[in-house]
Amino acid sequence: MNATALEKFQAAFPDATCKVVLESVVINVQPDKLESTLAGLKNDPAFNCGLLLDVTGIDYKDYPETTDTRFYVVYTVRNWQDNLLVQVRTPVVDPEKGIPTATHLFDSALWGEREVWDQYGINFHNHPDLRRILNHYQFEGHPLRKDYDIRKGQVCIGNDSLEKEIRARLAINGVAESTMKDINTEIMFLNLGPSHPATHGAIRILTALDGETIMANVNEIGYLHRGFEKTSENLTYNQIIPLTDRLNYCSSMMNNIAYVKAVESWLGVEITERAQFMRVVLSEFYRVLDHLVCIAANMVDMGGLTNYWYLYNEKEAAYDFISRLTGARLTSSFTRIGGMYRDFYEGWESDLELHLRDIEKGIGDSIKLVLKNRIVHDRTKDVCVLSAEDALSFGFTGPTLRASGVPFDLRKDAPYYNYESFDFDVPVGSKGDIYDRIMIRFEEMFQSIRIIRQAMKSIPDGSVFIEDSQIVLPPKADVYNNIEGLANHFKLIFEGVKTPAGEWYDSFEAANGELGFHFVSDGSGRPYKLKVRPPCFYIMGGFHKMVEGNMIADAVINLGSINIIGGELDR
Amino acid sequence: MALGLEAKLGDNVMTSTLDYIVNWGRENSLWPFVYGTACCAIEFMSTAASLHDISRYGAEVVRFSPRQADLLLVCGTVSYKQAPILKRIYEQMPEPKWVIAIGACASSGGIYDNYCTVQGIDTIIPVDVYISGCPPRPEAILDALMKIQDQIKGETVLEDRHKDFKGILD
Ligand code: SF4
Repeated sequence: MNATALEKFQAAFPDATCKVVLESVVINVQPDKLESTLAGLKNDPAFNCGLLLDVTGIDYKDYPETTDTRFYVVYTVRNWQDNLLVQVRTPVVDPEKGIPTATHLFDSALWGEREVWDQYGINFHNHPDLRRILNHYQFEGHPLRKDYDIRKGQVCIGNDSLEKEIRARLAINGVAESTMKDINTEIMFLNLGPSHPATHGAIRILTALDGETIMANVNEIGYLHRGFEKTSENLTYNQIIPLTDRLNYCSSMMNNIAYVKAVESWLGVEITERAQFMRVVLSEFYRVLDHLVCIAANMVDMGGLTNYWYLYNEKEAAYDFISRLTGARLTSSFTRIGGMYRDFYEGWESDLELHLRDIEKGIGDSIKLVLKNRIVHDRTKDVCVLSAEDALSFGFTGPTLRASGVPFDLRKDAPYYNYESFDFDVPVGSKGDIYDRIMIRFEEMFQSIRIIRQAMKSIPDGSVFIEDSQIVLPPKADVYNNIEGLANHFKLIFEGVKTPAGEWYDSFEAANGELGFHFVSDGSGRPYKLKVRPPCFYIMGGFHKMVEGNMIADAVINLGSINIIGGELDR
Repeated sequence: MALGLEAKLGDNVMTSTLDYIVNWGRENSLWPFVYGTACCAIEFMSTAASLHDISRYGAEVVRFSPRQADLLLVCGTVSYKQAPILKRIYEQMPEPKWVIAIGACASSGGIYDNYCTVQGIDTIIPVDVYISGCPPRPEAILDALMKIQDQIKGETVLEDRHKDFKGILD
């Protein structure tokens, strides 16, 4: 980010204070100017930030530095074409009164703001549907406020009926009350989930059906809300790594890498060349694994069980291979701030090649069953189509966005870890239907394998750790044999890696899309606040847009095609 | 649960022979209902896949309706929001039924000691076997299945297990 860009912002928003933090421009505005600022960012061709990535609140109650108000709300927007990342911060004087909503500008604000309300109790005027999203409907209080005790659980009995919401959706879609009352045109309500084989986890999908056609759809999530963000506030930076495994558990190592990358970027740490290459190899390998499971499960939804075995067996074999490297099949926890847990073992390269070949074979077999398969074509082509505008407005990223024809990939558009030096393509869809979403995942696997082969060819030797006693644990010989080493080890374990006070956002192209982390640090070894920007969450927020007007059976395969992973969706 | 003739007969040679036959049938044809919520469910998928092949133990008929299942596998974290659903599914399963808590989360809340996570599903429903691990390996899941089979061997049709159970939702 250069100085002229900043001047451009300052000139466009004279009442705001703008500064540059890492890769992003941070704009501080008063609530009354919030709407105009966000509208300006979105509509002004000079900025063209049409992708609202995330909305989050911050509670400064225990923050060492005093701020003008206790609560702040932060909107993170992006111009995907020019790699422009902007955060708009606004103080919230009275959380009850709140601030104006951004839902009329960005559809992704619908769920983003609901989460802020649920977790922080900050109101948004004129939000059409402000209610709890992650916590259950009988929950009292707002858990991410600093004065909410982390262990205060609240028992829930029963289930929210969602009747009001689905009726509102029906009204929006132009189904009149009289149609619903008439016995001939009566609408049937059908509920899938929360525990249903089609939901691949716990999600509740409520539909209003006319015959088999979905007239309206409302979804409820939060069944796997495990308090990642609140728990993180009590852990040191390195202790959080195991928790990140469990966000998207189909590609655990990608979360590990995304997380440490975010911390390292704030510390200003440049990891060693070898570690960078390792991270590329491993994250691409995990991208393949993630897509394998997604497609395998999707095919099962369509009735193709044979496909499942071709794809899943490769994944199963890869788990044992991974456990040789990390010690665990699923939950890798393989990164550390400043490098990797350890180097590749001897013989890794040949093992990897063997697995890549098996995987290629598995995918090849599966593709053969799919490509000319009439059932797959009939069921997926022109079904659950989402336009590029809608996808952007709902905050889609990753393969689901690319299927709608938007060629945005952080590996190309904001490269990290030398991605610019690898030769690979970013597949883009033409329609935005289920077929595109499946095929993009198939193609991405081949591209990832290409990257892995290139990276393994040019991976340099050397350490996988940087040398910095403030960040990386000393060698065990030092810990056992001299007092400095021991004290160093002790301090790092107990106090954690200290980060300078401040706030930042950093993101990574995970298997499902942009996985971002928004941190607030008070200078200690534990984050003051940590918010995840999960790709799934916003994709699920646009689910109704994809399925309304389609058949109920299509909704099931659509859910499989967008790869919703509970751990990441609900955190 | 004894409802028919065996209830009248009580504990005698007839019922113990009946036990033997019934248990033999039950233990080798468990029909699981997979209540998969999180990461542990992926390991269940591995258990069912070709390599570990759960059908070697007669338990491959995974049912997606609790009404047709007699083994509840709880794989993953259960939050307070989910607790009523889990309880309802358990109640919908006909007797006799067994429950395995797969993984640290289902057994005790695991690493999530916080406001939204139930600290062990045995606060909601009775559990027969717990598996440690985060996630447990597929072998551990098979091991738990064999434990259930062993347990079934010693059961009798006369006894009504867990009738006094009281959880936080009762
Ligand atoms: S025990 Fe571990 S692997 Fe299993 S659901 Fe809990 S966090 Fe995930």
